[in-house]
Amino acid sequence: MASTDLSTGRTRPARPSIDALGWLRENLFSSWLNTLISLVLLWMIYELVSGLAGFIFHAQGWSAVASNLKLLLTWTYPPDQLWRPQLVFGLLALLLGLSAGVWRGITLVLATGFGALCLIAALLALALPATANQVALQAWQMCLAAAALVLAGYGGSTAARERLRWPVVIAWVLLYPTVILILRGVGGAMPVVGSNLWGGLMLTVLLSASGIVLSFPLGVLLALGRRGNLPVIRWFCVAYIELIRGVPLVTVLYMASLMLPLFLPGGENIDQLVRATVAVTLFSAAYLAEILRGGLQAIPKGQAEAARALGLNMFQTTLLIMLPQALRAVIPVLVSHFISLFKDTSLVVIVGLADLLGAAQGIVGQPQWLGTPGGVWRETFLVIAVIYWALSFTMSRSARQIELELNIGKQ
Amino acid sequence: MSHPISTEDIIICEHVNKWYGDYHALRDVNLRVKKGEVIVIFGPSGSGKSTFIRTINRLEEHQEGRIIVDGIEMTNDIRNIDTIRRETGMVFQQFNLFPHLTVLENVTLAPIWVRKQTRAESEIRAIELLERVGIKEQARKFPGQLSGGQQQRVAIARALAMSPRILLFDEPTSALDPEMIKEVLDVMRELAGSGITMLCVTHEMGFAREVANRMVFMDKGQVVEEGVPAQIFSEPRQDRTRLFLSQIL
Ligand SMILES: Nc1ncnc2c1ncn2[C@@H]1O[C@H](COP(=O)(O)OP(=O)(O)O)[C@@H](O)[C@H]1O
Ligand SMILES: [Mg+2]
Repeated sequence: MASTDLSTGRTRPARPSIDALGWLRENLFSSWLNTLISLVLLWMIYELVSGLAGFIFHAQGWSAVASNLKLLLTWTYPPDQLWRPQLVFGLLALLLGLSAGVWRGITLVLATGFGALCLIAALLALALPATANQVALQAWQMCLAAAALVLAGYGGSTAARERLRWPVVIAWVLLYPTVILILRGVGGAMPVVGSNLWGGLMLTVLLSASGIVLSFPLGVLLALGRRGNLPVIRWFCVAYIELIRGVPLVTVLYMASLMLPLFLPGGENIDQLVRATVAVTLFSAAYLAEILRGGLQAIPKGQAEAARALGLNMFQTTLLIMLPQALRAVIPVLVSHFISLFKDTSLVVIVGLADLLGAAQGIVGQPQWLGTPGGVWRETFLVIAVIYWALSFTMSRSARQIELELNIGKQ
Repeated sequence: MSHPISTEDIIICEHVNKWYGDYHALRDVNLRVKKGEVIVIFGPSGSGKSTFIRTINRLEEHQEGRIIVDGIEMTNDIRNIDTIRRETGMVFQQFNLFPHLTVLENVTLAPIWVRKQTRAESEIRAIELLERVGIKEQARKFPGQLSGGQQQRVAIARALAMSPRILLFDEPTSALDPEMIKEVLDVMRELAGSGITMLCVTHEMGFAREVANRMVFMDKGQVVEEGVPAQIFSEPRQDRTRLFLSQIL
């Protein structure tokens, strides 16, 4: 469209500008029925907004959220060790920034999304009442620092693109074990903090990130196995995928929580978080496998043939030609799977973990709110709903951006 | 021809038979190709032309007979297959470029991963090749941003990047609009003069007459007739060849 306009050298006629009143008349009040519907809707919007505003500005329960921010974010993680989750947060920010500088494109989208989220969180924390406590101040500083680190990483690595490529890749590979190590501790200056003390938003993010990161290789293997030509492996993959997809996540969580100890020697000692992580990973892998299989099937036969004709072996063909194309084709489905996994992790409350939802329940049940009329659940749950929403929304927006980014090469 | 043709056989096919299930796709195919020869294979659709040239780099397996490429016999030995695939380049009717990689990455992929060249040296060579096929300025674009003729020239550059001794073409111009056929044939003509061994499945008879050393007519999975272009065009020995030529010329 635009290019034909350009090539003929013609400019498009300017869109007739309509003033606000004209627009209203044309769109909302063009007929009697239309006017009636518009008025009813306006009244409903007014009621909703004024009700919400009254709630936001007058509710008593906000202090429950403000004074329990620490619980909501990290649950019972020792207060004097909070620098560890903060360090993890900073590391992630720096790495995202570095990647954005080295590769631009997709990574830039992700880093921008992350940075924006941090800035918004910083603003929200700043808006908390001054009485709230130190955590609000800390949260504000931390989010701002994270956003700054993204920017710093970006600036630094744009200058040194070629040199930083491999170090950054290695850093990503090492990130997951490093994070676990930092949070769990090794003794000395970093005393061991058992995962029974972890919780809140930290746990939710960790659990979903673990689920996504760990289920990815597993899902890829299952998808390839199901498409491969070794019957035993294919049957195993089909059986696994169909079995897991046939049961709800709760079942898998219970199985991991109650049965794992029976199967594994010394299983009673495996902590609850590991069990939940295993369950989420096994669950997610089955869905990932099916999503990826769809992507692989969409690739024309000629692609693998061309790769093989060039002398690439099976492994290289899969890694360099098939998987990248399959992944691109399924990004929207993949992201909605990750979003639902992120929200589904709230089910771990059932096996006794205090994730974001669990932390909220814990706060609502605190004895000091017994006197508050109506309790504090409305405010608390609204806050965690907003947190869930903000993170999910960022994920889906980033996915959309990534798609646009990748489509530049197509047509 | 501008270059001498060696007396040494680079491809030897003896009594090659292939079945797809019950369907007998190649029937006792025999062909010897000398180093530097340009062979044009033609014949009706479904006659087994694609199947035949795809057995030469083992994209298809044959069940009977022998295929020896550059002194290596095609067996199930995966090392032999890998060696031969490194020595042969293939250009497909549908181009089969990798859409997620830029033109430059398409061309450097195999040199980097199969020949273990560094990115820098493979890129220098890739730019040379893209210049040779006349699309150097498109190196940073993605295949989807190019015309069909340009894509096919990238595919040729990609095949050449492995410095193959044999090039296989499977109807390289059949998917192209008429005005783009010439630009691809020009490149193929230039290649034919460079001494590389070429097997081309094509119905571009002008190209065949001009550059082929020999032509092979296939029908119903058999090699019906082979000969130099002058003989094939003016006095084909088989009625089937004559009939087919009369239909397409
Ligand atoms: N993968 C396949 N499975 C079954 N039959 C096939 C397959 N590929 C080709 N054939 C059959 O083999 C015959 C020869 O095909 P092909 O070599 O593609 O012919 P050509 O390239 O001369 O048009 C055709 O009848 C075709 O239907
Ligand atoms: Mg064919």
